[in-house]
Amino acid sequence: MINRLFHLLFKHIDSFLMACLFFALLLSLFVLYSASGQSFSRVYAQGINMSVALAVMWAVANISPQNLERAARPLYLLGLALLIAVALFGTISHGARRWLNLGFMQIQPSELMRIAAPMMLAWYLASREGKPKASHFLIAGTMLALPVALIMKQPDLGTSLLIASSGFYVLFLAGLSWRFLLGASVTLLAMAPVFWSLLHDYQRRRIEMLFDPSQDPLGAGYHTIQSTIAIGSGGASGKGWLNGTQTQLDFLPERTTDFIFAVFSEEFGFLGNMLLLSLFSMIIIRGLVIASQAQNTFCRLLAGSITLNFFSYAFVNMGMVSGILPVVGVPLPLISYGGTSMVTLCLGFGILMSIHTHKKLVAT
Amino acid sequence: MGAELKNYLHEQYYFRLRLTVAGLVVLSLFALLAFRFYYLQIDQYTHYQTLAENNRISLVPTVPNRGLILDKNGVVLAHNFFVYTLEITPAKVTNLENTITELSQLIQISSLDRKRFKKFREQSHSFESAPIRTHLNEIEAAKFAVNHYRFPGVEIKSRLFRHYPLGKLGAHMVGYIGRINDKDIEHLKQEGVFSNYKGSDHIGKSGIEQFYEQQLHGITGFQQVEIDADGHAVRVLSSNAPIPGDNIILSADSKLQEIAEKAFGDRRGAMVAINPKTGEVLAYVSQPTFDPNLFVGGIDSENWKLLNESLDKPLINRPLRGIYPPGSTFKPFVALAGLEAGKRAPPFAIQDPGFFSLPGSSHRYRDWKPSGHGYVDIQKAITISCDTFFYGLAVELGIEKLASFVRHFGFGRKSDIDIKGEIEGLLPTPEWKQRRFKQPWYPGETVIVGIGQGYTLVTPLQLAQATAILANNGLAMKPRLVNRMENTLTGKQISMPASVQDQITLDPKNIDIVKRGMIDVTLPGGTAASVGANADYSIAAKTGTAQVIGIKQNEKYNEHAINERHRDHALFIAYAPAEDPTIALSVIVENGGHGGSAAGPIARKVMDYYLLGKSPAQEAVSSSTQANVIESPEEEFHD
Repeated sequence: MINRLFHLLFKHIDSFLMACLFFALLLSLFVLYSASGQSFSRVYAQGINMSVALAVMWAVANISPQNLERAARPLYLLGLALLIAVALFGTISHGARRWLNLGFMQIQPSELMRIAAPMMLAWYLASREGKPKASHFLIAGTMLALPVALIMKQPDLGTSLLIASSGFYVLFLAGLSWRFLLGASVTLLAMAPVFWSLLHDYQRRRIEMLFDPSQDPLGAGYHTIQSTIAIGSGGASGKGWLNGTQTQLDFLPERTTDFIFAVFSEEFGFLGNMLLLSLFSMIIIRGLVIASQAQNTFCRLLAGSITLNFFSYAFVNMGMVSGILPVVGVPLPLISYGGTSMVTLCLGFGILMSIHTHKKLVAT
Repeated sequence: MGAELKNYLHEQYYFRLRLTVAGLVVLSLFALLAFRFYYLQIDQYTHYQTLAENNRISLVPTVPNRGLILDKNGVVLAHNFFVYTLEITPAKVTNLENTITELSQLIQISSLDRKRFKKFREQSHSFESAPIRTHLNEIEAAKFAVNHYRFPGVEIKSRLFRHYPLGKLGAHMVGYIGRINDKDIEHLKQEGVFSNYKGSDHIGKSGIEQFYEQQLHGITGFQQVEIDADGHAVRVLSSNAPIPGDNIILSADSKLQEIAEKAFGDRRGAMVAINPKTGEVLAYVSQPTFDPNLFVGGIDSENWKLLNESLDKPLINRPLRGIYPPGSTFKPFVALAGLEAGKRAPPFAIQDPGFFSLPGSSHRYRDWKPSGHGYVDIQKAITISCDTFFYGLAVELGIEKLASFVRHFGFGRKSDIDIKGEIEGLLPTPEWKQRRFKQPWYPGETVIVGIGQGYTLVTPLQLAQATAILANNGLAMKPRLVNRMENTLTGKQISMPASVQDQITLDPKNIDIVKRGMIDVTLPGGTAASVGANADYSIAAKTGTAQVIGIKQNEKYNEHAINERHRDHALFIAYAPAEDPTIALSVIVENGGHGGSAAGPIARKVMDYYLLGKSPAQEAVSSSTQANVIESPEEEFHD
């Protein structure tokens, strides 16, 4: 009886992935405790966030990929409609129009797009007969460009680029020709000055700071300088949990959210970083394995995109905190404090699990 | 195998190829991160470790207590005390104007306070607190403490203030401290002592405060403090106590100083008294004086304007920087120059017709006494201040010889006294005139140098020092204001030894003649007989008068007819007791008229107190009783 209930509850949960997630989330709570200045309430709040996210993951894992495929178009259209609504009626905070006030709650439609956009593209490219042609890629590209442009306009450069990359992963995995890829990269490089001129001043400054943070040590360069000091002073084995001076004496900005990696790195050192990189690698490898074993094109493309997107977040965050990428507002997946991104992330893992565990039922 | 299946496998193959490529990209980018971590955490560990420590640990300077300045009897001339101040840190306040307005409803803030605050702010960083009110009393402090929560960025602090308890007395000697400005910083950096000034607000700007800055300041201590990102101290890691500055004890006596300053009344001028045997400065007067306390907190513009634009020039350090023609006070030195050159030794005498003319010239250099003094030898020439005698002597000596001799007495050069800003005065020579005016020296110019006129300019300090050297028979002691220093921790005193500056070889016979001439000056028949009247000790002196404006040939100088500021300066030099002098001095009363009557009584009061301990308050000397002292101004020399 208990066995059957257990089976019923967990038959759509991938145990390897789950074990990795569990370990990462546990780590997150410890780091958060230190980063928040030993605040139990912060840890408790994050615990709640995690519970909600895991519940969402469980629910999504139980939805069959066929149903996910059917949901692709409505989700995408809903997301697009909400983004347009944001552009028209959104509330402004910190100089950006990102939130939509629904009266009873505030939502950030760009978060929905993080899942909806790759789903839509995967659905579209999978439903073409045979190998997708150039025209299909062009249409798919347009589907991607719409939400990316709207989000970029908010402005939210970080999120829009990450959504663009999640869409790009779908196109790439669907077989976008190497020749096109080469041409596109050359064109992008050539167009760099144009993009530069389109950027907002603060965005340009962030990129400039990357090359020389000491230009403005107390302004735009402050985050990067302090986080690299935190990481570097961590040394081989770290200063020990709760002993990071950069963290505990408030030198690190945004240390529970976007810069939490610096806290981790300062207190657990190079060894800790290697452990975290390994953990992330295992999650990514597991995701890629799930993608390669998926039984249809939609599942393959979606699983691959979700996995690679997870990688993008992790790489961009660690890259910016350690000073090799410009500062963009991207949290460290699974570790940073925050409800929305945690839920979106686990929703993705739920899809991966759904794809992996529903396979046999259909294949027979 | 069905086409569909084949197609499916084919598709899967391509997908897996792409997936592998993606996987490789992922791994290589993660490897890049790993390299970055290796670089930061292993390779550059020491560097970042140091940066983190620098972040964490801050050196907070502990300012040492400034040494006191005392007179020779231990009377405090400069000391420090703590006062409560109400301070605003501009960086922490959103609306400065509003905050000040609200504060003023609680605690009285005058417009002067606001101005001072504004000036303070301009000179400091916005994250440094600046006082909006100083000298808060306890009620005001308590009033603010209750309302503290309403004023973020405002706090009560205590600051160490410098205070000069005697105010105006001896202000030019003691000097004052002021806020450290950019120029001071540059100077401190040049001297390599800037690090000792971390946390210090003030520095000596003039007088003893400036010259002995290094000894008075002390050595700044440091506390190693762990700080958080906002700069708040979390805990003290280690500390290194400051070493307070030394106390400075002057040779001057504040009572003597007071008597001298009072003797000037509201007249302008200067007086320097020196112990000829040691070079110790006994009194150092510059009149009018000012209150150095005004400068400590940063002087406000009204007071500054008042002091700076006053016609009386109270800020000028007259003993050091006031230049005056020495007039007849120059004569004893000219006389000595003549005697040492083998000229005019008694019984040589002249028959004075009341004027002197250069050979082959009809121009008359007139004596102050139109009818002439009759039969005059060198000793009498000093006593009665015979101009005719010295005109001829100067011409016979020649300007070069005269100048090089009197230079030994300190004319035309710095005395090296322990106060900054001394000027050299002027001892004219043909070489100097050529350089300065590109003109040759005219014989007539030598004539008037003989009576201390023409280009010759001296400072009161030089005149006092020359008198001291003469009194000490040619042994020149270096003049100094400071007698000793005291280590405030150990109480150990280091005295500043008397040092010989120069030894002028003089024939005792010659110096005796000059000295006798000077003693006679204060005896009946001398030009300052009243100064020596009823004195319990013998006084050697010389009177002098220096012209302020030129008077044309054949024109009469009428003291009452001309503007007060155009009247002649009165000069007086003296030493006493004449047989074994312990005090030598010079007095200059600007626009005072006659040296004997205007400057002489000041010298007498100073000597009376110094030698006999007699205060002048008891004896009411009216100026009319001194009217029998006569000395006429020297005549016009420039044709």
